[in-house]
Amino acid sequence: MTQMKQQRARRATIGREHLWGWVFTGPFAVVFVVFLVVPLGYAFYMSLFSYTQVFGERFTGLANYVRILGDAAFRDGMLLVVMYTVVMVPLQLGLALALALMLDSFKKRFAAISRIVIFLPYAIPAVIGALMWGFMYSKMMGPFTSVFQLFGLSAPEFLSSNGIFGALVNVVTWQWTGYYMVILYSALQSIPSELYESARIDGANEFRIARSIKVPMVSGSLIMCTIFSLIGTLQFFTEPTILRNQAPSVIPSEYTPNMYAQALAFGYNQTNYSATVSFSLGLIVVLFSVAFMRLTHRSSGLGD
Amino acid sequence: MSVQRQRADRVNQVKGNPRVFTYVVLILCCVYFLLPVWWLVVASTKTNGGLFNGAHGSMWFDSTFALWDNLRQLGTYQDGIYWRWILNSFMYALVGGLASTVVSVMAGYGFAKYRFRGKRLYFNIVLGALMIPATALVIPTFLLMSRVNMTDTYWAVLLPLLLNPFGVYLMRVYCSESLPDEMIEAARVDGAGEFRTFLTVSLPIMTPAITTVLLLSVVGAWNNFFLPSVVLTNPNLFPITVGLSQWQVRSSAGSASEQIWNLLTSGAFVSVIPMLLAFIFLQRYWVGGLTAGSVKA
Repeated sequence: MTQMKQQRARRATIGREHLWGWVFTGPFAVVFVVFLVVPLGYAFYMSLFSYTQVFGERFTGLANYVRILGDAAFRDGMLLVVMYTVVMVPLQLGLALALALMLDSFKKRFAAISRIVIFLPYAIPAVIGALMWGFMYSKMMGPFTSVFQLFGLSAPEFLSSNGIFGALVNVVTWQWTGYYMVILYSALQSIPSELYESARIDGANEFRIARSIKVPMVSGSLIMCTIFSLIGTLQFFTEPTILRNQAPSVIPSEYTPNMYAQALAFGYNQTNYSATVSFSLGLIVVLFSVAFMRLTHRSSGLGD
Repeated sequence: MSVQRQRADRVNQVKGNPRVFTYVVLILCCVYFLLPVWWLVVASTKTNGGLFNGAHGSMWFDSTFALWDNLRQLGTYQDGIYWRWILNSFMYALVGGLASTVVSVMAGYGFAKYRFRGKRLYFNIVLGALMIPATALVIPTFLLMSRVNMTDTYWAVLLPLLLNPFGVYLMRVYCSESLPDEMIEAARVDGAGEFRTFLTVSLPIMTPAITTVLLLSVVGAWNNFFLPSVVLTNPNLFPITVGLSQWQVRSSAGSASEQIWNLLTSGAFVSVIPMLLAFIFLQRYWVGGLTAGSVKA
């Protein structure tokens, strides 16, 4: 009796499953199309046109993409964010991993407090993080001038053309290390402790256990974090925009590709070319991510 | 939690004394991560002049304690627009975060528990979308919105927040692993409709993951800067991030009377309090939920 009922219910559900699958995922599909597919499509469409005073807006095919290939501002911006990526991603993740390993093997109340403190900057908007560091870097309002004076030295010029790279690396590291640390820490917590027990019986020390068991076990999370960090850094925008208000001569308006796209759309009223820059940046970031995933030859955890 | 505690005790037994090195490193890290926050706390209590030549340097309180006066000024400067920005931010974060969570939870559940035509391709596209940088969509979204005259409205900020592919991904992973098919099947046999099953059987089990997705989307919306700074020109609609950055521009570039550094510091300080509190009290949800995303890997 129950079995018949069950079978009938099952048959009915399979018939309606297609429908219900789309009912539940439908709202997301709409959002996805309206706020991702359509804007990207529209940006691509716009990038195929150019506006000039003489001719107005007219179809120019891939001319904007030819222009971007020879555009020094875009190329320099792109090279710069790649440099930021090369420096910041290993720095943030190395630090995050080291801290996560420390906290995982050091179970004291102090460790729990440190974990909260290190994660704290994540709760502060990037705008305000950059504002605070901008003040700290300032000669007049920050502490470094007087700290260095104690030793008879003059404070480094953070907001100069030499210092700005390090200054921005520091802001981002401060903001994001804790976030990655917590993800890696969670992954470490989910490793069954029996694995350590047997290694200890075999005489492995803590460092050895960290290197041979813990790190390989969290490599999936590490790769996921790396991809997030990679994507985040290539679209660098908020922090340099805020610091630019303090040091406009050091950070030009086309400092990063995203800043360039904004400047083109607003400062120079070149919406078509701005769309080209946005679209190209998106494409390059996707290529970088895919290349990175190929390179690691591993499931990133973002698989089905 | 208790399992963690047990494990912790066991590890301590094995390891014995904490090492000095770890202590030193952690203390240094805490100092580093708290340094700018402490600067902000101190700076919020200073007058405009005190910020530049305070009696006890930049890392300690000035002889005049001006926090209350600064707060009063925040309430009156430009007709108290500061508090309007705070309210706007709350509204964007709560409404946008909540709506985006509803959309993500439903989609994640649908992907995990139903077989439907086109699902494979659809989900792969969602995964691909995780690679698309959110900010590369900002200018295109703005261009599209100006075409349909939607810029300078609350909707212009709220609607794009609905898009949260990572939330969908997290929910799908969680549903696949922690929500047994048998439970849903049993509810169906009992005659419950699909929506009722979803609401009464599945949702309670999904609560930990939902909390995480909600927290992530609320924080994301609260921190939102690039998009609102592009689609909004009316200061009455600004979230606090855009508002404060405008005050920064005004103070850096403006004449002496427009220099409102004290409002900038006290305003920034007040604005981070709600999220810091939420964050400290909801600690365990962060850690728990972020595991859901990484455990799979």
